[in-house]
Amino acid sequence: MLLIYFDETALPEDERQSCYDESLRLIEELRTKGQYIAASPLHPTSTATSVRVREGKRLVTDGPFAETREQLGGYYLVDARDLDEAINIAARIPMSRKGTVEVRPVIELPVLQ
Amino acid sequence: MDLTPASSATPWGPEAVERVYRAESRRVLATLIRLLGDFDLAEEALHDAFKAALEQWPREGLPSNPRAWLVSAGRFKAIDGIRRNARFAPLDELAERVEAIADERAQVEQESVEDDRLRLIFTCCHPALAPDAQIALTLREVCGLTTEEIARAFLTAPATLAQRIVRAKAKIRTARIPYEVPERRELPQRLDSVLRVIYLVFNEGYSASSGATLIRHDLSAEAIRLARLLVELLPESEAIGLLALMLLHESRRAARTSAEGDLILLEEQDRTLWDHEQIAEGLALVDRAVATNQVGSYVLQAAIAAVHARAPTARSTDWHRIVALYDALLALEPSPVVALNRAVALSMRDGPRAGLGAVEAVMASGALDDYHLAHAARADLLRRLGHLSEAVEAYRRALALVRQEPERRFLERRVRELTEGSA
Repeated sequence: MLLIYFDETALPEDERQSCYDESLRLIEELRTKGQYIAASPLHPTSTATSVRVREGKRLVTDGPFAETREQLGGYYLVDARDLDEAINIAARIPMSRKGTVEVRPVIELPVLQ
Repeated sequence: MDLTPASSATPWGPEAVERVYRAESRRVLATLIRLLGDFDLAEEALHDAFKAALEQWPREGLPSNPRAWLVSAGRFKAIDGIRRNARFAPLDELAERVEAIADERAQVEQESVEDDRLRLIFTCCHPALAPDAQIALTLREVCGLTTEEIARAFLTAPATLAQRIVRAKAKIRTARIPYEVPERRELPQRLDSVLRVIYLVFNEGYSASSGATLIRHDLSAEAIRLARLLVELLPESEAIGLLALMLLHESRRAARTSAEGDLILLEEQDRTLWDHEQIAEGLALVDRAVATNQVGSYVLQAAIAAVHARAPTARSTDWHRIVALYDALLALEPSPVVALNRAVALSMRDGPRAGLGAVEAVMASGALDDYHLAHAARADLLRRLGHLSEAVEAYRRALALVRQEPERRFLERRVRELTEGSA
């Protein structure tokens, strides 16, 4: 799982669009290699809603789970042979040049395959 | 390494196995990690293989290829172990594992053992591992130090260090850090990581050994040994440069401290105490690195050390050359510490007044406010210019920040000399 974090307030519209374009090209490439599973940009954190259930009570609040300098703005789910391959993909995601891409291994539960 | 005995009457007993262990255990481990795909499994297999050797070699004699014998033995013990624990694992997973280990591809002879050792070094120094985890893992797996030895050397609790290694191995497993030598394209950055680990280990031994505590294992020697291995396997210029740099530093060890453990400055050292064999080797390595035309940070630092090493007396040091080398280093690594060192070299070339200007210019940004050596350098120049009260103040600022005992005593002595009246 490649989690893309960047400062959403520092991304003008034209830059955002060119990031999408570049991402689409990357995704096509990953598709042909059989590495693409899923990807999507996310709407900004102003559209986020946080849900917690504590002692049977549902707590719904406006906003992301925490206020951070860089926010989760999108993700890729890829099939990579090892960490180095995943890092190589992450380094090609356009927002890796401005923000941070977190690479997390996915727990493969047989029942989910 | 020739292990055949001088006399055929020598039994292949524990001493022979011990010898093979010392010479080959790291190589065997590196290969077993590749074949078994897991550090812990490989360590168990290594242990089992040597146990088998202790049992069988006295009876059957030393195998013609001890390393291959040990790898084979380790591999089969591992498969045995997996089969024995079969009831704890689902059948298809088990079959897959056994197959992978017994795979035809895993020919011991074909894969060069050098490749396996490089794989091990690069994996232990993978940037995905925390820096202190890289150091602990490298010392444990590549150098074969025990957890206790590493803990003692770094003044950490053994339990803490053991946990660090456990977590590092878990990260390698879960995040799937590959057991591979990086591609050519990635090599410079990945090599950087390895060199940083080696230099950190060296510096830990370099400074720690002049303290009051007795370190059981000589970290500096370990770092040099590691660098030698790396240069043998991967003769890249920066690796050669680092080895040269460490050898040249090490060559001055006997002259750096007095019998009481006090610091002796470079300009006051008895150069006959320098290890001239290490210097010769270091100088040859610098030449070799420079000849590759890939002059990076370690090569430049080694070249600077080489200028000092070549000077028969402190007076005859070629400071012009040193400043020129610092100019090149600064262009490559524009850090305040490098700029400070350059300023100090400049003071030797152009005199204390010019030097003081240069040092104060570097300190102006405030980046070195907490660096005791900056204040010490400034204090020294003020002292040489006769500004004694300012010098004392600067020495006191250095004293407030210094951490090493010999350095503290040195600075205190300077303050005493200046406050107890002029000479």
